[in-house]
Amino acid sequence: MKSVVAVSVGLLLTAHVSAQLSYDRIRQADREPGHWLTYHGTYDGKRFSTLDEIDRTNVQRLRPVWMYQVQGRHHFEATPLVFDGVMYLTDPPSDVVALDVKTGRPIWTYRRTLPDDVRACCGQVNRGVAALGDQIFIATIDAHLVALDMRTGRVRWDIEVADYKTGHSMTGAPLAVKDKIIIGIAGAEYGVRGFLDAYDASTGKRAWRLWTVPGPGEAGHETWTGDSWKYGGATTWVTGAYDPDTNLTYWGTGNPGPDFVGDVRTGDNLYSDSLIAVDVDTGRLKWHFQFIPHDVNDIDSTEIPVLIDAEFRGRLRKLLLFANRNGFYYVFDRVTGEYLHAQTFARQTWAKGLDGKGRPTPNPDTVPSPQGALVYPDDDGYTNWFSPSYSPQTKTFYQNVREKGGIYYRNEAVYQPGRMYLGASKRAVPGEEPWGALRALDPLSGEVRWEFRVTTPPWCGLLSTAGRLVFSGTMEGMFFALDAESGAPVWRFQTGGEIWSNPISYQVDGHQYIAIAAGNALIVFGLDGA
Amino acid sequence: MPAVAWFLATQMVVGVDPTTRPRVTAQEIDRGRALFQAQCAYCHGEDGAGGRGANLARPVLRRASTDEMLFRVVNRGVPGTGMPGNAMSAREVWQVVAYVRSLGRLRREPLPGDAARGAEVYKAQGCAACHTIGGRGGPSGPDLTDVGARSSPAFLRRSLTDPAADLPAGFMQVRAVTKTGQRLSGVRVNEDPFSVQFRDATGMLHSYFKDQLQEFARDGTGTPMPSYRERLEPGELDDLVAYLVSLEGMR
Repeated sequence: MKSVVAVSVGLLLTAHVSAQLSYDRIRQADREPGHWLTYHGTYDGKRFSTLDEIDRTNVQRLRPVWMYQVQGRHHFEATPLVFDGVMYLTDPPSDVVALDVKTGRPIWTYRRTLPDDVRACCGQVNRGVAALGDQIFIATIDAHLVALDMRTGRVRWDIEVADYKTGHSMTGAPLAVKDKIIIGIAGAEYGVRGFLDAYDASTGKRAWRLWTVPGPGEAGHETWTGDSWKYGGATTWVTGAYDPDTNLTYWGTGNPGPDFVGDVRTGDNLYSDSLIAVDVDTGRLKWHFQFIPHDVNDIDSTEIPVLIDAEFRGRLRKLLLFANRNGFYYVFDRVTGEYLHAQTFARQTWAKGLDGKGRPTPNPDTVPSPQGALVYPDDDGYTNWFSPSYSPQTKTFYQNVREKGGIYYRNEAVYQPGRMYLGASKRAVPGEEPWGALRALDPLSGEVRWEFRVTTPPWCGLLSTAGRLVFSGTMEGMFFALDAESGAPVWRFQTGGEIWSNPISYQVDGHQYIAIAAGNALIVFGLDGA
Repeated sequence: MPAVAWFLATQMVVGVDPTTRPRVTAQEIDRGRALFQAQCAYCHGEDGAGGRGANLARPVLRRASTDEMLFRVVNRGVPGTGMPGNAMSAREVWQVVAYVRSLGRLRREPLPGDAARGAEVYKAQGCAACHTIGGRGGPSGPDLTDVGARSSPAFLRRSLTDPAADLPAGFMQVRAVTKTGQRLSGVRVNEDPFSVQFRDATGMLHSYFKDQLQEFARDGTGTPMPSYRERLEPGELDDLVAYLVSLEGMR
């Protein structure tokens, strides 16, 4: 009898282990094209699927297969994860649902009770979960990090990352690396001091914190005057990328606080509006590049770093591509942080130009004033949190672009805990009808190869696939596919709701599917609706 | 931050009691304006005309038909939207309420015209072919049901004499040529990269996928509204303005 019992336990353990998402699986996510294992699909931020069952010749047969309606009524910005037969999705503000990937039927739900005085400048949204081992991780709008049992949705641990009452919140998907969960923070509009955190995945104990506004005695502290560093913003609210070879995680940082008033914080205000490269084991800052020293236009630099290896000026290099909200497309060496190149992909007015090291010459006419100052882009930026996509097949960087200016009127900014700390109000540009475009950029030069215009500035991210397709969506609810080479539209579907999310692709039973959150529904598409 | 300021600030919590409402004075409205500029105008615009947030410069607010409801919205936010609660004392919330209410109210000056005669001018000129008052009229131009409550007499006069000077949002003129050569034009109802719906001058709705059209163009500077500078006697213009000013909604 004893031996029989031992065998059963052994079988159970085997089953348990195979249902886990190990770090090795995530690191080699490109070997599992049927799954979507991280926010970006893979660590390198490409949001590219090597699946090619759906292609330019058959995409016209793409039809809805199932839909899942969320309960949240905030913008539905979630990117789902899909692996081992289950889709893990966040329902805004901070709920999680696990869906059977074949039918869309819920397996479990995690409903979070939130305080009624949460402060989030721009909506109580959530962009997705991370998975590691047998746990699912969500960063909540009340600034907690929660670990859930992957099979049941039950809470394993729930820790406070920061005090929500002082305006801290979390909206981004966590990043699971090795045995750690890395998360950023939001709240620069409330004068929080930004940081990037890592937590032990099994216990929830904090492994390290990197303050993105250096404190007294730390390098960079001298770029802030007086006590301004305490309310300095530089938040980390969009999920970064990771390179196992350099062991660095790359994140963009947000605006300094107060957003529109610079004279209370003279200096460069490191590490606001920057790209930071951080050692995942220690949390040490390996290198940084500041896109906008002393930003007074709330531009942020919280875009997705895209990591590719390519020949650049005759040498094979590990590159980092970054299409910044500020209208410039940048290329870096991601090992050393060396600035290699920048090129505008939209008409901007905040800078007169960049010098040889990428440092801008600010345009004084765009500083918010009592009379109003016109600036391009407005504070929503030419891009924002929504993802670009890089296709290794077409060697193209795809980016949705918002064409919109704003007029900023300077006013008072006084720091009070939990209150907006901004220093300007805004008007639309009279007579201007904002618009948008999906632009295809040369990844090394940043030159625009073609664009597909849309009527309203978009809030939708992109997915490119090996079927030579690029998927995007509009504020009018149209989900569509373009020929990844020519930019010609080849398929469309009216979803009936604004699209504020990033598409993904995965396989079920050997067939390819595309999923997008639109309105309050997650919609899955397959060939012939099968 | 000094300890006293911290103590005071932490007392300004979401969920304050609205019962002790201060009297609305010019000073309270001014304080409300300052708070609005710092805490609200980022989304609702410098002048409350909207942006990321709703247009508040109107007499009737959809989510706050009473001042008590507006208090609650400012204090607690609107669940399911981008509108957060605000950390303000009850008095500060009332100051913001007073200021927001002042946005939707225009100061009344004595006007030279006669509203009753203006209503006859409105009828005789056929304005109702394009404009709606109280649910009756055409759809091609802005609804005028409460135009007097949200537009100044000077603005209304200029809209009549020089309509292209300040075009209303949401009434883009479009022109299209179908594959069969039919020329159409009208006011845009919807547009996305793939399709457009518009209403022609007779009120008929047209819907096309753009790949069914030979030509499609928007005219951001055009309006079918003629200038009434020459069409009306000066007295008639005064009367029409007085009539429009008298339109304050259907409360």
